[in-house]
Amino acid sequence: MLKISLNRIDEMFKALSQNGPIYLPVDGADKKARFEKWEEGKTWSKALNTERSAKDFFFPQMEDIVKFKTEGKNIEIIDIRSEKEDYVIFGVRPCDVKSFEILDRVFLSEPVDSFYKSRREHGIIVSVACSKPTETCFCGVFGIDATEPQGDVSGWRCEDALYVRANTEKGEKFLETIGEFTKECDETEVLAQKEKTKKILDKLPLKDLDTKNFGGGKTNEFFNSPLWEEMSETCLGCGTCTFVCPTCQCYDIKEFKTGDGVIRYRCWDSCMYSDFTKMAHGNPRLTQTERFRQRFMHKLVYYPENNDGIFGCVGCGRCLQKCPISMNIVKVMKRMGGKENE
Amino acid sequence: MQKITCEMLIDKAVSLLSNGTVKSVLGWRKGEFDYDLTPSLFETEEDLKNNFCYSDFSGANFSKYLVKMTKNTEGKVLVFLKPCDTYSFNQLLTEHRFDREKVYAVGIPCEGMVDINKIKEITGEGISKIDIDGETLVVTTLYDDEPQKINASEVLLERCLNCKSKKHVAYDELLGDEGEIIDSNRFDEVEKLEKMTPEERFLFWQNELSKCIRCNACRDVCPACTCEKCVFDNPNSGVENKAAANSFEEKMFHIIRAFHVAGRCTDCGECSRVCPQNIPLHLLNRKFIKDINSFYGEYQAGEEVGQRAPIVDYTVDDLEPGEVFDRGDK
Repeated sequence: MLKISLNRIDEMFKALSQNGPIYLPVDGADKKARFEKWEEGKTWSKALNTERSAKDFFFPQMEDIVKFKTEGKNIEIIDIRSEKEDYVIFGVRPCDVKSFEILDRVFLSEPVDSFYKSRREHGIIVSVACSKPTETCFCGVFGIDATEPQGDVSGWRCEDALYVRANTEKGEKFLETIGEFTKECDETEVLAQKEKTKKILDKLPLKDLDTKNFGGGKTNEFFNSPLWEEMSETCLGCGTCTFVCPTCQCYDIKEFKTGDGVIRYRCWDSCMYSDFTKMAHGNPRLTQTERFRQRFMHKLVYYPENNDGIFGCVGCGRCLQKCPISMNIVKVMKRMGGKENE
Repeated sequence: MQKITCEMLIDKAVSLLSNGTVKSVLGWRKGEFDYDLTPSLFETEEDLKNNFCYSDFSGANFSKYLVKMTKNTEGKVLVFLKPCDTYSFNQLLTEHRFDREKVYAVGIPCEGMVDINKIKEITGEGISKIDIDGETLVVTTLYDDEPQKINASEVLLERCLNCKSKKHVAYDELLGDEGEIIDSNRFDEVEKLEKMTPEERFLFWQNELSKCIRCNACRDVCPACTCEKCVFDNPNSGVENKAAANSFEEKMFHIIRAFHVAGRCTDCGECSRVCPQNIPLHLLNRKFIKDINSFYGEYQAGEEVGQRAPIVDYTVDDLEPGEVFDRGDK
């Protein structure tokens, strides 16, 4: 294990930024953390997590895909993707790191999404363990250990130092580039932090949420439940839950007239929206209840059915904090999930 | 902190349900924690007694839900309205958005609602319990042995800090006093923005609106936004968009929305309360309200049913567009 003194961390960011962009959680004027590109004067936030998830790096809210230029009867097709440079995403929490695996299964399975793949390959993920989980955290329910984050490099931010360990070849190379800032050390402080955090994890109010009633093969059991109507009756149909979610991956492809052609772009879509998956024949989900059901069935039944039982939620708790009506996956699981969750 | 207790509301709801006045009750449902109440429809005494909750966290304005609830339910729906909610209620009636005959409105006094984010700024993360003891919030966290005590007045929602009226302008029945219109400093922040140079002001809004994720929560919660199909959702409108393609589009959605609700916005503050990015959206609407007040005389949307907003009501005394233009130079 290696350690980096927190006194030298800004110096390290500066050195790293010479090689390519480094993004890290920074507190804004509203005292909330968001990922920002490091530049002189920006400091690493101590916030538990960022307002928006880290999925933005691989799957941005909006991106241009291709451009068409027309001249007379000719149409020129212009590939507008730019070469991606290597970049570092620093300070990603264990839940968000796990979300990348969930996104990978969608975007990197055939047909591979080359836009996503390129960004994924060029990004180096430096995770950081949680030491102060909050009441809305429930990553443990999905098998995530908040004290043992994954990624190319795992990190533990202790009192005076950041402790790091490489998990991948990419991670090892990364640690070599910051060799002048690291020194060998034992794990005493990390173990102490882990133990302390585990005591808090054991006290989390949502730690006993049970997933065993959900998973693949449960479509018929839940699809026609009358509970969907009750749970969705005051849903506003906004996209907050889907847009703050690190695992929501639906997008729409649209076109924009430029005058002498067209730009085709994609942007996040939300199953909460009235025109979600609208096709030539019309819309398969006409009511908010159906759209609401789609979101939770996707996370709790359809995704695990297609992905070896892995659930489409990492328990980051953003939807619990952000939903305007405080309706969320925890409430759905408790209402639908039988006795164990009461 | 509320003068009216949850039990009083449950008793009222149960009696109106059992005597057949109403078929359902729009209220706040208990959550996982002490602060995450969900607007919900209650139809039985049992459900009300077990799950209805009214507390300092009952911020949600139910007026807009009546558009949907009066369509779907048989018989009357009971709605509890705080003073600010009654303005939205009247404005919706002015716009013929729901059937008044299908609603039984009970006005309830409000001492201001609190903001969980402000509480967390004081206590830190990991809130496991919040007990409300009069004016004091007793907050227990996972990290402290002793609970922390916070005065509710220190953590009010922005709109409650600047409460404009404790008066109920619509109700079938009141629990407590009718209340009075009160003085507020709600335009102070707008004045600060007005004093900025155009460049500073542009930068302010650029910073704020660039945080927008276009979740549409502000629009979807807004009682003035009740179009059956919003232009921004309508593929045939030509301006439909799901994400801002550039910094112009970041602003366009919010500015168009502010224009569209101008003269109809009652300043209920739901937009800023629900924004997941903490954008002070109410300031755009308040600027319009302040300007309407100064150009046409004091006007409060929703004060009465049937009133005409100055900008849709021509009078020969109306100021000339040039006067508005000239003001920009000062």
